Amino acid sequence: MSWVNWSALWKILVFGLIAGAGLPALFAGGLYSLSLGPHRARAAASGADGGSDSDVLVGGSVAGMVIAALCFLIVLAAVGWSIYEIYQIGHPKK
Amino acid sequence: MLVLVVITALAFDFTNGFHDTGNAMATSIATGALPPRVAVAVSGLLNFVGAFLSLAVAATIANGLVNTGDVTLTVVAAGLCGGIIWNLLTWLLGIPSSSSHALIGGVIGATMAAAGGSAVQWHGLVSKVIIPAAFSPVIAALVAATGTYLLYRITRSLTSAGRGHGFRIGQIGSACLVSLAHGTNDAQKTMGVITLALIANGTLAAGSNAPTWVIVTCALAISLGTYIGGWRVIRTLGKGLVEIDSPQGMAAESASAAVILLSSSFGYSLSTTHVATGSIIGTGLGKKGADVRWSVAGRMATAWVFTLPSAAIVGAAAYGLADGVHGTAGVIVVLAVLVVLCTLIYLRSRSTKVDHKNVNHEWSGGVAPAEAPATPAAA
Repeated sequence: MSWVNWSALWKILVFGLIAGAGLPALFAGGLYSLSLGPHRARAAASGADGGSDSDVLVGGSVAGMVIAALCFLIVLAAVGWSIYEIYQIGHPKK
Repeated sequence: MLVLVVITALAFDFTNGFHDTGNAMATSIATGALPPRVAVAVSGLLNFVGAFLSLAVAATIANGLVNTGDVTLTVVAAGLCGGIIWNLLTWLLGIPSSSSHALIGGVIGATMAAAGGSAVQWHGLVSKVIIPAAFSPVIAALVAATGTYLLYRITRSLTSAGRGHGFRIGQIGSACLVSLAHGTNDAQKTMGVITLALIANGTLAAGSNAPTWVIVTCALAISLGTYIGGWRVIRTLGKGLVEIDSPQGMAAESASAAVILLSSSFGYSLSTTHVATGSIIGTGLGKKGADVRWSVAGRMATAWVFTLPSAAIVGAAAYGLADGVHGTAGVIVVLAVLVVLCTLIYLRSRSTKVDHKNVNHEWSGGVAPAEAPATPAAA
């Protein structure tokens, strides 16, 4: 028996990066595409620092909103699937 | 006797929830994504749910660390005392130390005092507890730093108020996941210990799984502890280590959730505390211009190194005391001492109170906010 379970360690690192950094990045991508569109240009124009006083999130572009919805759905689905997976591992079939 | 041990175990579970609320909710409270009291209520509820989700870790604790043949009820009670005392002391100092290590240390110390070093499965201890403890904060920090960098990179053209709004929503989601993960990981430990006690008492056969009433009471104890909220630890994690913005909060919590859930599915008994702290430091490293208060981090790391041996010493001492008096009376004496000590620690904490009202005040070098009298030189 070895002291360090390298294969588990690698798996935790790789899957951890995919789930722990990749999913929030996808969420960020969703926020970004949500903000695309005419409102965003106005918000940006209203202040020299990028309009930091405006908290307009929805930019108004339809394509942007569709992409955003897709991103958020993927994030939600991944979260739901991982919880199901944990449940499966935690309750092995006898 | 068995009843006493089970009550002590549930008390430990309570301090566990109490001590670890911060791991899940500190960053949400610090960025204002959730009001403090709502945060602890949600976290308590999800801890309850999480406790039912996975039972893999409970098996490791009950069977993989000490020879179950050498464990008596007195050993379990003494071990729990070690864990509880260490948890409360670190809470008083506002240090997020690992409840898992406190518990494991206490049980190992008591076992060694009772049956000598050979009763401890050293290989299991090192490969399943110490090595993961050394790696987990590093992995969590790496994931969180990557996440933080990506989030700021992708959303750099958004208005900062709009970005804050969006990420606070995401943060609530990821904080809930951490609470769930905490329940799957930490409630298991007490279930493992109670199972160990039941095996020691002969109620269960060796190698058994935790019975349903154990799962339910443990879930209740940890969620109650979480709800009461360890504001001192929340403050250190949310304000002391790094000043956190909502994208960082989301990155930290996603990283914690991913690492904890993954390792708990591999049966690793990870410390949620180590992971959460690693993640928060990671978000500080991933954002340009963010400062990590390394002196605070250093104090934590010192406490982590001392957790296992200190809890082991307290556990061994408690066993010595109980064994000196003999039998049930011995356990009662130890528990009485425990209650006195807990009361003293509680009274001590009143002088520098941290609660849901002042948890977010400006960090001024100590756990207690500046308005309160300065923390005594106990650190």
